[in-house]
Amino acid sequence: MAMLEVNNLSIQFGGLHAVDNFHLKIEKGELYGLIGPNGAGKTTVFNLLTGVYKPTEGIIRLDGQDITGKSIIDINKAGIARTFQNIRLFKDMTVLDNVKAGLHNHYKYSTLTGILRLPKYFKVEKEMNERAAEILKVFNLDQEANLLAGNLPYGKQRKLEIARARATDPKLLLLDEPAAGMNPNETQELMDTIRFVRDHFNMTILLIEHDMKLVGGICEELTVLNFGQVLCQGETAKVLKDPAVVTAYLGE
Amino acid sequence: MKKNMNKTTKNNFITYAMVIAIFVVVQALSSTGNLSRLLTGLLVPICVYTIASLSLNLVVGYSGELSLGHAGFMCVGAYSSALFSHVTSDILPSVPRLILAFVVGAAVAAVFGVLIGIPVLRLRGDYLAIVTLAFGEIIKNLINILYVGVDDKGLHVATSAANLHLDPGGKQIIKGALGVAGTATLYKDIKDYFFLIGVVLILIVLFIIQNLVNSRSGRAITSTRDNRIAAESIGINVTKNKLLAFTISAAIAGVAGVLYAHNLSMLKVSIFDYNMSITILVYVILGGMGNLRGSILATIVLYALPELLRGFSTYRMLIYAIVMIAMMLFNWAPAARDFRSRIAEKIKGHGKEKEAA
Repeated sequence: MAMLEVNNLSIQFGGLHAVDNFHLKIEKGELYGLIGPNGAGKTTVFNLLTGVYKPTEGIIRLDGQDITGKSIIDINKAGIARTFQNIRLFKDMTVLDNVKAGLHNHYKYSTLTGILRLPKYFKVEKEMNERAAEILKVFNLDQEANLLAGNLPYGKQRKLEIARARATDPKLLLLDEPAAGMNPNETQELMDTIRFVRDHFNMTILLIEHDMKLVGGICEELTVLNFGQVLCQGETAKVLKDPAVVTAYLGE
Repeated sequence: MKKNMNKTTKNNFITYAMVIAIFVVVQALSSTGNLSRLLTGLLVPICVYTIASLSLNLVVGYSGELSLGHAGFMCVGAYSSALFSHVTSDILPSVPRLILAFVVGAAVAAVFGVLIGIPVLRLRGDYLAIVTLAFGEIIKNLINILYVGVDDKGLHVATSAANLHLDPGGKQIIKGALGVAGTATLYKDIKDYFFLIGVVLILIVLFIIQNLVNSRSGRAITSTRDNRIAAESIGINVTKNKLLAFTISAAIAGVAGVLYAHNLSMLKVSIFDYNMSITILVYVILGGMGNLRGSILATIVLYALPELLRGFSTYRMLIYAIVMIAMMLFNWAPAARDFRSRIAEKIKGHGKEKEAA
């Protein structure tokens, strides 16, 4: 069974068909790319998948479960986590706390336990700290654990956002332009991290990206979106050579 | 990781220690007779406002919502507990009665917190501020026409004294705009301990807020403040956690109201106007949002100052305003912050050198 299966997905804003009859199928463990020119509707697709927008039409299935029209929170609980095109970290919290916030639904104790500092608080917090440290280590952020997230350099903020999404233990990870604003070295390091996350945690990843080097380097399959519609779909190498795709990007 | 834990715990203990130190100094001053009567009279109100600003800091500083109705929660706590104290004055001895009065005030304020919070927290930013402001005013005006009396048949509630229909021998407790009289007299025997009670309450409130903030729920609350959409995207229920912070804050404001009501012989509703809400907000903002120690210090300085400056007569408010500006600059101007962090580093550096030696 496919990890993510999207059929006939559409959303209209007034008269504008931002996404029209979109379809997608991602197998478990796949690294999948969603590309397209500016304004093609890529981020809108992410917002539809994560419940920020409710689709006007269509069906979204995650691991066989219908998640169409569910709330952002329920979709996260069902197993989709995401990062954002414009970084959305908890700036005034420490790097460690950002990741621990991601663990919110996996390590639980009541508010009263927290206020009264009952033994369970110390036990669960310890587990959370260990788990968060583990995750930070994967993203090479363990040295910065106690810094405020807002004080991290840009590249590390991007990584921390992925780490936080990873902490919710999703089946499917959506990355919205993870390499935006990164220099070539940082991009290279990011590619390695993304690949590592996929291999190490056996996670399925869907990413939006403009950096063709990154897309060509790590994505196994691609979907090209243009004016809200699927222009081309298939293996990365083939798609990138497709004349229609080249035209969409470079013009006639 | 361990270091981080220790750091927050250490920070918490510094705050407790600061409150206790201030208490000890004030007690020493007053027992040696160095505290004027005027200042002695300010001690309990300072505790009241400190608790109120701590509670508002939870909403403004940690959950990132602007509430302009905190005087309303104090008002509800004050009146419900005063009513409780009067009704049970013959049944209970003063100490358990006072403790229960605090519980009642906090509980009633918390209920109002939930009732107001559920619709209001769906709004954001300015809208929320306006609605809470309205809530404060509505509460004030409702209580202004509230008459409650008690007789052998039980409690009577009405909107005018004539409609109470009390039996002979019954007594009016809440008298509309005249408020509640004689609450403090019910606690004559423990009157001298009110400052101590206030300080203990501050410590309890600090314990609750600090532990809440450094827990799972606290992270959820602050994450919602920092970025609502991101918080939802990692499965945090934004409305639920905002409501939690709002309710706890309302309950604590209620406690401040209880202390206020029981320290006064005359409790009038007119004091709980929006000026009071704004005053508390000023303490929170000047002390620093999300900075509990700052709230305490700002409250002490800014509450005591106008009284201490009485000698300057006409220039009093001028000096008060200048102090406020100076505090704002000291707390928030980039140059002043750099200066403070340099000083802090120097002190830390010295500590390390000593350790090395």
